[in-house]
Amino acid sequence: MKVMTLVQAINDALDIKLKEDKEVVVYGEDVGVEGGVFRVTEGLQVKHGVARVFDSPLAESGIAGSALGMAISGMKPVIEMQFDGFSYPAFNQILSHISRFRNRTRGKFTVPLVIRIPYGGGINALEHHSESPEAYFGHTPGLKVVIPSTPYDAKGLLISAIEDPDPVIFMEPKRIYRAIKQEVPAEAYRIPLGKAKVLQAGQDISVIAYGAMIREAQKASAMLKSKGHSVELIDLRSIWPIDRETIAKSVRKTGRALVVTEAPQSYGPAAEIISVINEEAFLSLEAPPRRLTGFDTVIPLPMGEKHYMISPERIAAEIERLISY
Amino acid sequence: MLNKKTLDKYHPRHDAAYQLIDDDGKPQSKTWKPSMTDEQILNSYRDLLFERTADLMAVSYQRQGRMYTYPPNIGQEAIHIASGLVIREQDWLVPAFRELGAWLAKGVSLREIFLYFKGNEDGSRFEKANRVLPVSVPIASQLVHASGLGYAINYHKEKDTAVFAYVGDGGTSEGDFHEALNFAAVWNAPVVFVVQNNQFAISVPLKMQTKSINLAIKGEAYGIPSLLVDGNDIFAMHEALSYARQQAVEGHGPFLIEARTYRVGAHTTSDDPSKYRSKEEEELWAKKDPLKRLKGYIAHAQLDPLKDEEELIAGYKRQIDSEFEAAENHPEYKVEDVFSYMYHEMPDELKRQKNNYENYLRGAK
Repeated sequence: MKVMTLVQAINDALDIKLKEDKEVVVYGEDVGVEGGVFRVTEGLQVKHGVARVFDSPLAESGIAGSALGMAISGMKPVIEMQFDGFSYPAFNQILSHISRFRNRTRGKFTVPLVIRIPYGGGINALEHHSESPEAYFGHTPGLKVVIPSTPYDAKGLLISAIEDPDPVIFMEPKRIYRAIKQEVPAEAYRIPLGKAKVLQAGQDISVIAYGAMIREAQKASAMLKSKGHSVELIDLRSIWPIDRETIAKSVRKTGRALVVTEAPQSYGPAAEIISVINEEAFLSLEAPPRRLTGFDTVIPLPMGEKHYMISPERIAAEIERLISY
Repeated sequence: MLNKKTLDKYHPRHDAAYQLIDDDGKPQSKTWKPSMTDEQILNSYRDLLFERTADLMAVSYQRQGRMYTYPPNIGQEAIHIASGLVIREQDWLVPAFRELGAWLAKGVSLREIFLYFKGNEDGSRFEKANRVLPVSVPIASQLVHASGLGYAINYHKEKDTAVFAYVGDGGTSEGDFHEALNFAAVWNAPVVFVVQNNQFAISVPLKMQTKSINLAIKGEAYGIPSLLVDGNDIFAMHEALSYARQQAVEGHGPFLIEARTYRVGAHTTSDDPSKYRSKEEEELWAKKDPLKRLKGYIAHAQLDPLKDEEELIAGYKRQIDSEFEAAENHPEYKVEDVFSYMYHEMPDELKRQKNNYENYLRGAK
């Protein structure tokens, strides 16, 4: 066991897979010599060589599309989109090819690759550096979308993602890259994709979230403890496939649900989760399921971000509203 | 023969296409010897004739309502047949969607091609073809795959292996064309890029597509040796492709060929070219028809009288019809065919959606 941040846990998972599997390569913008702008890939090039960990030309469509070429020739590329907002130039490759090649060729060519995307706000960055684009990927048939909220999960999920025979979008909540430290086993371990985790059992309400919102929800739950409110907290961990069972089981028990996402509201992941609740737990509901999400606005630049980011206080207020419904 | 010296002479800045036979098939130079054997030349003629026959029949199947949208190849066959001769078993073929003869040479069956254009993914299984990517509809997006395939060849230290990637003239305006060239060049990837410049992107003529002197010059900007070739001259294409492949597999990185040709047919069967181009232009290019030119060469070189041509075509037609019938008799599209190939293992959510639909179908009966 070693105490690690999210950044270190991801680095460790990459290091393990690079060691274990000669077909794994890691590339993107600045991931080689510099070790990535967030230092996630730090030290990997020195350890594994420039053919396996390298800086590519600055072009996201080229990065994603070339990774498809490698993947269908037996390699397992783990590529990085430097920031959430820079993944958009790669959309055509991700949506039109990476997600579809298996289906298009009836399984002859498969695309086992991982696209890592540091995502989300709260780091006082420039425009295009604070986005939450997970709905686009979750909406795209053929992809899996994974979002860890802890160092332990990040390592286990990333190892599973790299070993998965299908393309996985691995979104890293950059705001908590270094905010959480946790004991992480030194050896390789796997956490299945598509499985949520009940972080905290409770009786009064189910709070469903993922990524950086987990920490905020935990704070909200702690704030409400003194008032006697018991919150069940579910970390979705995968946006798609979505773990219907865990969500349904929890809401059937508590009768109330709040979904928290940093992503904008309309047509977003919260809408999908609430559909699952309505389909699976309708007769157990004591209150209409609610969502607390980012606004349907562009995420503001740093001076305005405080209005957009979801605070534990806002989550606590929503929980109380639902409990007293 | 192509070498460093001739490559300099034909640098794209001179805008002179590399050409070996004239419009009637007569060699441009008395001392020139084809890079193809007599047998290859005669086989190529038959392959070209086969491609043209299959292509014309495909258009007619579409007109009969037996096939959906189809992109005709007519006029561009020399590029495809020369490619088929040069591309080896171990090489990758990365098509756009208008390379019929090259697919066939690589082992794709006509039945599969018809099945694809009839609207069934089974037509992209390419069961007997090694290393052929499926048709790529989003223009130029396939080229970055080629750069990645080239990286993998180098990474796996595969000997004597190259990637052949195709795009049209319109595709050179897409960002992926430029990203692919740049990645392949930086990675020294063994990729031969072939731009089939057939003068039109659906209805948009080349002059609306670029202000460059030609398309080959774009390769030079990326540090890629590039050559403008008469795409209707199978001998020039064969030499250029062979040279490009040799450069690539010998570790000199990518090569770009602009094959100057003409799309004699429509963009696809949904298009009507009479709206945007003149009869005069079409007649001008008809004189440069690749089949006619190759036939002219064969006559000039007295290789074979090709007397059996009508019989040959009749045989081809029977063969093509039987491939089409096989495609028509393909098993019915099942519900599971919609769901089964999305993931290695079907996620529960897809199982649920499939079950719901199947339950509906059972109830509806």
